[in-house]
Amino acid sequence: MTFVKPAFRHPGLPKNKIGFRKADYEGAISTLCAGCGHDSISGAIIQACYEMAIEPHKIAKLSGIGCSSKTPTYFLGNSHGFNSVHGRMPSIATGANLANRDLIYLGVSGDGDTASIGLGQFCHVLRRNLNMVYIVMNNGCYGLTKGQDSATADFGSMSKEGSVNPFQPIDLVGLSLELGASFVARSFSGDKTQLVPLIKAAMSHPGFALLDILSPCVTFNNNTGSTKSYDYVRDHIEATSVLDFVPEKEEITVDYEEGTSSSVVMHDGSLIQLSKLSPHWNPTNRDSAVNRLQEAKAKGEILTGLLYIDPKSVELHQILDTVEKPLNTLREKDLNPGTSALEKINASFR
Amino acid sequence: MMTVSAVNDMVIRFANVNGTGSASANEMFAKAIFRMGIPVSPKNIFPSNIQGLPTWYEVRVSEQGYLGRRDGVDLLVGVNPQSYAKDIASIKEGGYFVYDSTKKLHPDYVRKGIQYVGIPMMQMCMENYDNPRHQQLFKNIVYVGALVALLDIEIEVIQDIIRAQFSKKEKLIPPNFKALDLGYQYARSHFDCPLHIRLERRDNVGDQIMIDGNTATGLGAIYAGATVAAWYPITPSTSVVKAFETYVKKLRVDPETGKKKYAIVQAEDELAAIGMVIGATWNGARAFTATSGPGVSLMSEFLGLAYFAEIPVVLVNVQRGGPSTGMPTRTQQSDLLSSAYASHGDTKHVLLFPSTPAECFDMSVKAFDLADRLQTPVIMMSDLDLGMNSHMSPPLKWDDERKYDLGKVLNAEELEKIEKYGRYLDVDGDGICYRTIPGTHPTKGSFFTRGTSRDEYARYSEDGDVYQRIVDRLSKKWETAKSAVPVPEVYQEGSRSTQGIIFFGTSSYAALEALDLLKQQGIMLDAMRIKAFPFNSTVEDFIEVHEEVFVIEQNRDKQFRSLLVNELEVSPKKLSPILNYDGTPITADTIMQQIMHHLPASVSVVSSNHKSKTL
Ligand SMILES: Cc1ncc(C[n+]2csc(CCOP(=O)(O)OP(=O)(O)O)c2C)c(N)n1
Ligand code: SF4
Repeated sequence: MTFVKPAFRHPGLPKNKIGFRKADYEGAISTLCAGCGHDSISGAIIQACYEMAIEPHKIAKLSGIGCSSKTPTYFLGNSHGFNSVHGRMPSIATGANLANRDLIYLGVSGDGDTASIGLGQFCHVLRRNLNMVYIVMNNGCYGLTKGQDSATADFGSMSKEGSVNPFQPIDLVGLSLELGASFVARSFSGDKTQLVPLIKAAMSHPGFALLDILSPCVTFNNNTGSTKSYDYVRDHIEATSVLDFVPEKEEITVDYEEGTSSSVVMHDGSLIQLSKLSPHWNPTNRDSAVNRLQEAKAKGEILTGLLYIDPKSVELHQILDTVEKPLNTLREKDLNPGTSALEKINASFR
Repeated sequence: MMTVSAVNDMVIRFANVNGTGSASANEMFAKAIFRMGIPVSPKNIFPSNIQGLPTWYEVRVSEQGYLGRRDGVDLLVGVNPQSYAKDIASIKEGGYFVYDSTKKLHPDYVRKGIQYVGIPMMQMCMENYDNPRHQQLFKNIVYVGALVALLDIEIEVIQDIIRAQFSKKEKLIPPNFKALDLGYQYARSHFDCPLHIRLERRDNVGDQIMIDGNTATGLGAIYAGATVAAWYPITPSTSVVKAFETYVKKLRVDPETGKKKYAIVQAEDELAAIGMVIGATWNGARAFTATSGPGVSLMSEFLGLAYFAEIPVVLVNVQRGGPSTGMPTRTQQSDLLSSAYASHGDTKHVLLFPSTPAECFDMSVKAFDLADRLQTPVIMMSDLDLGMNSHMSPPLKWDDERKYDLGKVLNAEELEKIEKYGRYLDVDGDGICYRTIPGTHPTKGSFFTRGTSRDEYARYSEDGDVYQRIVDRLSKKWETAKSAVPVPEVYQEGSRSTQGIIFFGTSSYAALEALDLLKQQGIMLDAMRIKAFPFNSTVEDFIEVHEEVFVIEQNRDKQFRSLLVNELEVSPKKLSPILNYDGTPITADTIMQQIMHHLPASVSVVSSNHKSKTL
């Protein structure tokens, strides 16, 4: 069954600076369960893209398989999408990005998709610092296959049927810091205020930007005893900072108190402004992020916010030293060495 | 005692130890014969190991231009005591055993009926070189020098090759010359040179080149305009991407900025490698990967996605001995079924079967055009023999007027004119739809790519009718592919024979020679060399008009025959398998023997006045 939204838009709705209305960033009507955290994240993506005034066709949205991976259908209807196979979105994103470095690559995955079947590809796309936003809609369970524990389910966490998870979780944030990711953030689907600027900052970051977003599964993992339920997350959340993203060349109007704030200038001149809640928080220091994460874990806190950013990030195209022009625009004259070169090659084999 | 005797027709085999640097000396030997204008075909027979184990290099010399393997060794250069027993046994009655006589040969190794040519190679090297590594390396040149005298090779030709090889390390030229001379003088002064088998300059190679299939394939990818190569190392395919890299570095760097017009990624595994290819071609670049059997197994899930979501993929499968890790350094044609039907569900893929390096080049270019035109995976089925051994081949050719066929891709202006774009609408009735590349148009032409069922407008759908429409259209596309792929080559002399032969890929060398051998026996058979799957309609016709067709292939389970039976619905009884699956390339003799054994006594006998066929 395909849901089609009515195309009518009220003419009075506000437009962003390139003339698009928020509805232009929407997609088909969601078929996820009512209240699913994933839908809130879709909403935040729509909001962020609208506010950033990105041309929808300049975004490519890619995903694996799972409820979370279905969400690209529900946002950015004018963008090309690719719902690939389970856990393999990173390689698709890598190829796509190699072909055209000029688009924004937004990858969406689940915790099953990323931390189990796709863990290898996740680690390697991160390691290559591919210029993409990688969102994990993390609900600690497999939604689409009806609630099995995923590899991010916390030790001791209880499933809907009452069984207790006997295994240690894979913490995608800790893993990403360890593997050298150049942008690492954690957030909560229920905290749009934090989420929208994080998505915007991730989109401006030249390199791999991980957003691990806790996103409760209302159907299979929202019970008492689950550490990924709405209630549990709300009770244990601990933000490192409140963040504002100020795009390139935009006037800085946000006030912040000396001593509790700091800002990070991104490669294109955009600014991430942090009002720090957590003392001594420096988002450009990987070691302190790792330490603070360990502390939070010990205390049972869920640390959210921009945890780490490398403002000097060098992304894959820079590493490979490819031409500025997207490779998919090169044609015969750029690519083909012609008969004379081939004759020389032939001669070297005589 | 009888001695083998021949001019420009022999098999020379070198038995070495892996890792001792013998490969370049052996190649030098083969190249010298080629440069004397005599057709030659060298093959590496090597272990899946880096050092220490026995390795062989076999050179077939054939004035008539037969380039397949031939059984029976006329002269064996044995410098590996580990394999002496086996080596000596492999020599033809009356053949020669050239060995290092620094140590006395054990009496166990003395065989009647062959001739021993002892040369104290190591001793000479110890006397003339100080460094142990040099002593080892120059031993190889010493035996080449001895062969120059024994077989009557033009010494200047070898010297030229040495000069060219060390043009950047000129210091090494004199010691190489010296080693060459040591072997040469020793042979001259101790044996009757040349032997009864010898070489004589000819003019039988024309403008051909000596190149391995993988290099030609890598070059093909460059000429086809591939900009993204993603791969994971596996023998025998690794050198495809290595060749691509070697040449692309020279040919595709922007002269002003020094930046690259290509991207090569060594992926974390084959799954990622093909995923990257799919991502890149989805996004409008030409991309490819190369692998071998185990890699294809891993790529299967993605191949199914590319087939169903209709995304071009170019995959080079350099086949090796299977199943599983099988015989990683031996050759077979045993991935036919696993490649043709890779992935679950009703899936099938276009296969190309090159026979020569020139065809590896042409077909790799063709693979990109076909993949884009048909929006589907195209798998080039090379093999270890073709990919890793040097072959005499027509030179690689390119037409500067040639344009890439990017298939049905809509640009922004074209989209502008379309009322409602549907990614999976069969507008032209050939089963192939129009695609758009991400980023083309702000409001038109975007669609959702997915591996799940969807309607003509790329909208998810589980409706049975919709699904059937889509998969039936894919069948229609398959029909279209039949006339888009390279057509078979038919070899027929005079009137039609009752029996025919079908072959493909590297079996072609031996098959064509077998046809000549059969002809000498008075048996003439029609033959067809198939170059692609799906089968062009002529394949069905060929089987139809013959009472019996021999299908030559290099696997146990008659996989090619299964494809013919399955796809053309011909009676399996009509197709008689001719097989070889020991990991070595099939020989003409094997084919001839099996066919002779099978033929009814009534087959017509004709006078033999033969001329060899070429690929
Ligand atoms: C190769 C393969 N194995 C298994 C599946 C079945 N499967 C579909 S979605 C899924 C798990 C999804 O979990 P997650 O990524 O956490 O996403 P969620 O549905 O929870 O958002 C699985 C196992 C599949 N599609 N492909
Ligand atoms: S099953 Fe869970 S994850 Fe899937 S849509 Fe429903 S609430 Fe969301």
